[in-house]
Amino acid sequence: MRYLLRKLGFYAVAAWMAVTVNFFLPRLIPGDPVEMMLARQAQSGPVEAGQEEALAAMLGLGHGNLLVQYGDYLRALAHLDFGLSVTYFPSPVTEVVGDAVPWTLVLVGAATLLSVALGLTLGTLAGWRRGSWFDSLVPSTTFLAAIPYFWLALLLLYLFSQVWGVLPLGGGYDETLDIGLSGAFLTSAAEHAVLPAATIVLSSVGGWMLGMRNMMVSTLAEDYVVAAEAKGLPPRTIMVGYAARNAVLPSVAGFAISLGFIVSGSLVMEIVFSYPGMGFTLLQAVQNTDYPLMQAVFLVITFGVLAANFLVDLVYGFVDPRTRQAR
Amino acid sequence: MTAPTVPTVPTLPTTPRATGRGWLRPALRSRRFAAGLALLAVFVLTAALGPWLADDPNAFTADLGQAPSGAHWLGTTQTGQDVFAQLVVSARGTLLIGAASALIATVVSVVVGIGGGFLGGLADEALSLISNVFLVIPGLPLVIVVSAYVKGGGAWSTILVIALTSWAASARVLRAQTLSLRTRDYVLAARVYGEKRWRIVLVEILPNELAIIVSQFIFAVIFAILTQAGLAFLGLADPSHLTWGTMLYFAQNAEALTSGAWWWFIPPGLCIAALGTALSLISFGLDEVLDPRLRVRKVSP
Amino acid sequence: MSDDADDVVLRAEHISVTYEGERPTHAVRDVGFELRRGELLGIAGESGCGKSTLAYAVARMLGPPARLTEGRVVHRDRAGAETDLLALEGEALRSFRWSRLSVVFQSAMNALNPVTTVGRQFDDIFRAHRPRMRRPERYERARALLDMVGIDPARVRAYPHELSGGMRQRVVIAMALALEPEIVIMDEPTTALDVVVQREILDEVQRLRDDLGFSVVFITHDLSLLLEISDRLAVMYAGSIVEYGPAERIAADPAHPYTQGLLRSFPDLAGERRALRGIPGSPPDLREALPGCPFAARCEHAFAPCATTPPTLVPLAPGTSAACHLHTVARTGPRPEEGRQP
Repeated sequence: MRYLLRKLGFYAVAAWMAVTVNFFLPRLIPGDPVEMMLARQAQSGPVEAGQEEALAAMLGLGHGNLLVQYGDYLRALAHLDFGLSVTYFPSPVTEVVGDAVPWTLVLVGAATLLSVALGLTLGTLAGWRRGSWFDSLVPSTTFLAAIPYFWLALLLLYLFSQVWGVLPLGGGYDETLDIGLSGAFLTSAAEHAVLPAATIVLSSVGGWMLGMRNMMVSTLAEDYVVAAEAKGLPPRTIMVGYAARNAVLPSVAGFAISLGFIVSGSLVMEIVFSYPGMGFTLLQAVQNTDYPLMQAVFLVITFGVLAANFLVDLVYGFVDPRTRQAR
Repeated sequence: MTAPTVPTVPTLPTTPRATGRGWLRPALRSRRFAAGLALLAVFVLTAALGPWLADDPNAFTADLGQAPSGAHWLGTTQTGQDVFAQLVVSARGTLLIGAASALIATVVSVVVGIGGGFLGGLADEALSLISNVFLVIPGLPLVIVVSAYVKGGGAWSTILVIALTSWAASARVLRAQTLSLRTRDYVLAARVYGEKRWRIVLVEILPNELAIIVSQFIFAVIFAILTQAGLAFLGLADPSHLTWGTMLYFAQNAEALTSGAWWWFIPPGLCIAALGTALSLISFGLDEVLDPRLRVRKVSP
Repeated sequence: MSDDADDVVLRAEHISVTYEGERPTHAVRDVGFELRRGELLGIAGESGCGKSTLAYAVARMLGPPARLTEGRVVHRDRAGAETDLLALEGEALRSFRWSRLSVVFQSAMNALNPVTTVGRQFDDIFRAHRPRMRRPERYERARALLDMVGIDPARVRAYPHELSGGMRQRVVIAMALALEPEIVIMDEPTTALDVVVQREILDEVQRLRDDLGFSVVFITHDLSLLLEISDRLAVMYAGSIVEYGPAERIAADPAHPYTQGLLRSFPDLAGERRALRGIPGSPPDLREALPGCPFAARCEHAFAPCATTPPTLVPLAPGTSAACHLHTVARTGPRPEEGRQP
């Protein structure tokens, strides 16, 4: 229990820091961002009264001293009042973000799970049968891991959609279809997800595999594995229940680091494939200096990663009984 | 921007010794290390000598968008610039940014990680908290957003931003090792006979963590190069500073791949991958030397 | 315990083990011994003498870089059928393991899987060897085994890190007895524990032997302990057995200078006070070929043949043998070249 509370506390601090960094960032902009934003909004349509206040609060540049501004900012956040998006005017930012989240969640979530499962399994087998042909896979996966995500993505896109015409050119789904749970839509969505997912998996499976393989090799030298063999347990039981079960722990613990990278990589990937997720939205926001949208996306991504990390910590506490001991 | 390998910490010696002496020859016996070193040497030589030997990468010629030929070994860009010349000159730019970012990140991580681990107590808790927060907040979104706010700034802003988002992982690893070393007998002995704390760190602890620091530095370089490529690709880096990443940016903007100009698009990516592979091989080779269990050994009958 | 030489349950002959490397180490050199049904055979020797390696070789637990270069290990079951242990492979080896011969490892702390419960680990053993046992039966048997070694059966749901060192050692012993094997090899089972717990565990082992009747090969550097608990005793030095015989005889009248030196090194609680003397020098480097007797450099009785001719085990009395020129030259002329079993 203490373990969980400590972790919760930590994530609270991390979240607070992210929020605060976000608060200070607009100050880096030369000039008055609020004026700039209002001017741009005015170009697209009449600006409502109260918009200026809301905008100022969101960017942390309202009236009053620093503390008051900070308070207004936090209040605006709590009400999820991010204002209207410039890029997708007049949709509120929350709506834009809300539309993008499921795409990222499904794509990144599925690809990550696949990558982890594949990587850990291959790593277990490679570590178990060290010296066999599995080990010769290692240099190739190293090479794959050194390839820039987006470059690989573009290459695959070029090959599969232009040269061979098998898969779609980009986007999340066929634009002519309505979003919904129809068979046609789901098929289209699946088709469009193949390349982005494949890119994520190809680039990241090497890391998981190598980490697991090295840990397996270390673990196989441990006394309890030797003892398990002496006990005449079947090799499968030893490989999975005694070796892999222990070897996987650092991978779970290190998931936090990996998750940050996976999210980062998939952002760029969405941009390459024009996949309608958070990364794509972020880029749109950056290119249109849509500060409210940028801030919202950043916070959502950050909070999402923190939540995922917390989940993984929960899993770790479950998987390694030694952490459950009260200290 | 790739999932990094979960770092395996090499086993540390139980008696103090400088890792410097006599590690090169056994390292060279590792095929991975030798291969990686050879490949890296190619790149370093290119970076050092290339710009003098190659043509001017920015010179516009009349040969627009041509495939590889005798005159232009890797063809030309849309505006007639020689791709091979660009590739060679970019090596220097890429390596410099990679090395600089990694160096700064490593220095910070050494100070925070070893310092915190050694000092213990409140200082350690605070430093550890900061590292973990930096670790958990996803790097690229932060980098993108900061870069968007701070337009311009040249290569240095890229270097600093990358260093800022990559020091934390290494710091955590070093801290864990320092905590473990702190209780070793020779460190305790040094404290007992009153050796100054900074001397203990410098003389007893640092040399024994050298292997890990080198390994972390290598991965930091790989990470920096990949991140810089990504930033450049998104248009968030200084385009006048020629790197493989900016080459890809220009290539993509000119729709090189879709228009079939593969000679412009593929080589820079391949170079990044090759350099990353070389560095990884060096790191794994060193790991093998330091932790014999990792060596690929044929299972005996 | 039977003196009948026909009731041998395990026989090892000419075991040699080498650790491969740039300079191979010959850890075990032409060793043989016999284990009788129900007896406790002690193997004593200092660190590095090869006793653990010998045990691992017999139990087929050697892994690279260690390699068995020659030898034969034969198991005889109650009906007299013999099995060549070293010839077993695959499934045959797997099912032989633990059900006929089990091992209690040094430092039990690490012999238990840290992420699963004790009960689960018992379960693994039963599922691997007794496929017809059903889950409630397996559970009950695990509890019964814990009870047998003096641990609260409720601990079957505990994780290893929740148990003390002594308790973990008992669990490991319980696991070793789970399938009621005929032979249990114990490698320094109590070295990592404090003396009080050590005594408890040893008493427990004695009691279990009385109840269940298995044979034990007990390996330790603590000769005084072995003199107390062993039926027969083998003293190892530099990879070979230098003395072999009933414990009482060795205690009363050690034949080999090394054994004499060992006995002189610790005080006798009940006996007379005397000056303690250690053995000067240190054991030889096992990477070298050893011309002559490996103990010659440290032996105060060394004479002409010791430096050039390696002594072989020669019987001195029924059931006792020693590898020392002092006993061979004095008795016979030329010695037979081959090592002979007692």
